[in-house]
Amino acid sequence: MAAMRKALPRRLVGLASLRATVSCSVICHPDWSAVAQSQLTATSASQVSTSSMGTLPKRVKIVEVGPRDGLQNEKNIVSTPVKIKLIDMLSEAGLSVIETTSFVSPKWVPQMGDHTEVLKGIQKFPGINYPVLTPNLKGFEAAVAAGAKEVVIFGAASELFTKKNINCSIEESFQRFDAILKAAQSANISVRGYVSCALGCPYEGKISPAKVAEVTKKFYSMGCYEISLGDTIGVGTPGIMKDMLSAVMQEVPLAALAVHCHDTYGQALANTLMALQMGVSVVDSSVAGLGGCPYAQGASGNLATEDLVYMLEGLGIHTGVNLQKLLEAGNFICQALNRKTSSKVAQATCKL
Amino acid sequence: MGNVPSAVKHCLSYQQLLREHLWIGDSVAGALDPAQETSQLSGLPEFVKIVEVGPRDGLQNEKVIVPTDIKIEFINRLSQTGLSVIEVTSFVSSRWVPQVAAGATEISVFGAASESFSKKNINCSIEESMGKFEEVVKSARHMNIPARGYVSCALGCPYEGSITPQKVTEVSKRLYGMGCYEISLGDTIGVGTPGSMKRMLESVMKEIPPGALAVHCHDTYGQALANILTALQVVWFVFQMGINVVDSAVSGLGGCPYAKGASGNVATEDLIYMLNGLGLNTGVNLYKVMEAGDFICKAVNKTTNSKVAQASFNA
Repeated sequence: MAAMRKALPRRLVGLASLRATVSCSVICHPDWSAVAQSQLTATSASQVSTSSMGTLPKRVKIVEVGPRDGLQNEKNIVSTPVKIKLIDMLSEAGLSVIETTSFVSPKWVPQMGDHTEVLKGIQKFPGINYPVLTPNLKGFEAAVAAGAKEVVIFGAASELFTKKNINCSIEESFQRFDAILKAAQSANISVRGYVSCALGCPYEGKISPAKVAEVTKKFYSMGCYEISLGDTIGVGTPGIMKDMLSAVMQEVPLAALAVHCHDTYGQALANTLMALQMGVSVVDSSVAGLGGCPYAQGASGNLATEDLVYMLEGLGIHTGVNLQKLLEAGNFICQALNRKTSSKVAQATCKL
Repeated sequence: MGNVPSAVKHCLSYQQLLREHLWIGDSVAGALDPAQETSQLSGLPEFVKIVEVGPRDGLQNEKVIVPTDIKIEFINRLSQTGLSVIEVTSFVSSRWVPQVAAGATEISVFGAASESFSKKNINCSIEESMGKFEEVVKSARHMNIPARGYVSCALGCPYEGSITPQKVTEVSKRLYGMGCYEISLGDTIGVGTPGSMKRMLESVMKEIPPGALAVHCHDTYGQALANILTALQVVWFVFQMGINVVDSAVSGLGGCPYAKGASGNVATEDLIYMLNGLGLNTGVNLYKVMEAGDFICKAVNKTTNSKVAQASFNA
């Protein structure tokens, strides 16, 4: 399309409307209505519900990662009672899975130093799962001793990320995880797996969908009941999400898959929508969009649970979440962290 | 995320990441590098025209009044990004003729799909407003000045709540029929979600060819990009041709007069990021847009609403 540019005068005169316009002719089809009608009728006859998007799931399970992934990446440390209160408020908001804490050494992640106290201190509502991160066997044992019924292990689809993060190769990391999975099996503890860098790596750049599929398949075959595919640095866009999921779905059943989108470049909700269109029905998110990104100073963090719930409710998808109570939980933790929310829904509904 | 204390400083810079993921090539090029593989989502238009409304819709809703010379500098910077349409100031009144004399190349008329909104906003009913617009548009066309039509409240109204797709279609059809070359369907208060976007578009597309349609999504509830993606997909699937015009505002300028504290337009930077990632050409240089965004945010003393800018400038 050729652009007709008008040289802009140095002063705006009054309220002149100046536009550099694209020359574009109006498409005028005299029988447009008939054409349109036939197209739309043909579409609705062949599809029960939606069009190119595929059929969206009727229910979505939201895995709330705010207390762990969110808080872990916040600069300000919050006290144990605040963490416990946050998790209790999230339980009351109707979330069915709340990632509670991480059994990692406080030397590495000071925010998670009170993991045992938090896990022991929260109200454990029936029907709600409270998984905890266990980076190694030692952490796993401590978690079980503190009452954990579900643990989470962290892998990556990138060799460099694995090396820099946990100082070993992907293959070696699986040997470590194997120990945890075997112990979990004996103790009847469920294990969820994370695959970081599923849509891109801060060190390697692009990540091949085949690699993500390989790592996911390994986790699944080792005994993880669910694998969350993480866009760790939020670089993904819907096409990349689609390609990645297409590869993974060939190796692992859809029902065992979840997506975990970071909103570093504002793409999280669009990427999540694409995943839903592909049939994924488990989505990770964080109340108030807590967290940041250690790879991009000043960047935002996880997809905000409030904004996710807003979209799902608008789509008529059942979540079981009470948005009002969720907003209250978000408001509470933001005050405790002395920060503004990253949730647009919360921003729009706040009383100034 | 695991434990990443000291490793972070060795990671790729944001420029490298943007280059890799968006196949932008060097910082001068706006177009995709055809030599690179793209992860193009099939069934989408190849080219998307972005209508930059920052100087108008964006600044209009900012609390700080921007001095004229800053506005001019802002627009000049935007003109160098590859954006082919930059909306400066648009309004309709009996005084439009002097504006044409002053050098206007296009006019816009603002309708609404809600009677209450129309009454409160321009103090007349939809029908009355259409009568006024008709006069203006016909005169403009007579002078070979194109007219763009806007339909506010396409996905919801701050006064009436839900708006039926049929009403949006009716208003759009009137504007199209009187000679507007393009109709921008606006989610004025950002309440829409992909389902309501799809239903509204399916209704409007029965009467208006997709080539004459644009979407204008506000990000008040964080739904803008998901709604835009839906718009791109829906239309393509049904007609094998795209809605390929999207309105946005650099830095996500603007707020929402109906929801205090809420955010405004979808950010042009974040939109370009998604479109480029989808393998769609926009002709726009993301880096230059980010620089223009940085300029205007400093000028109005506000933090950007663009996540891409947030992730990049503070790195």
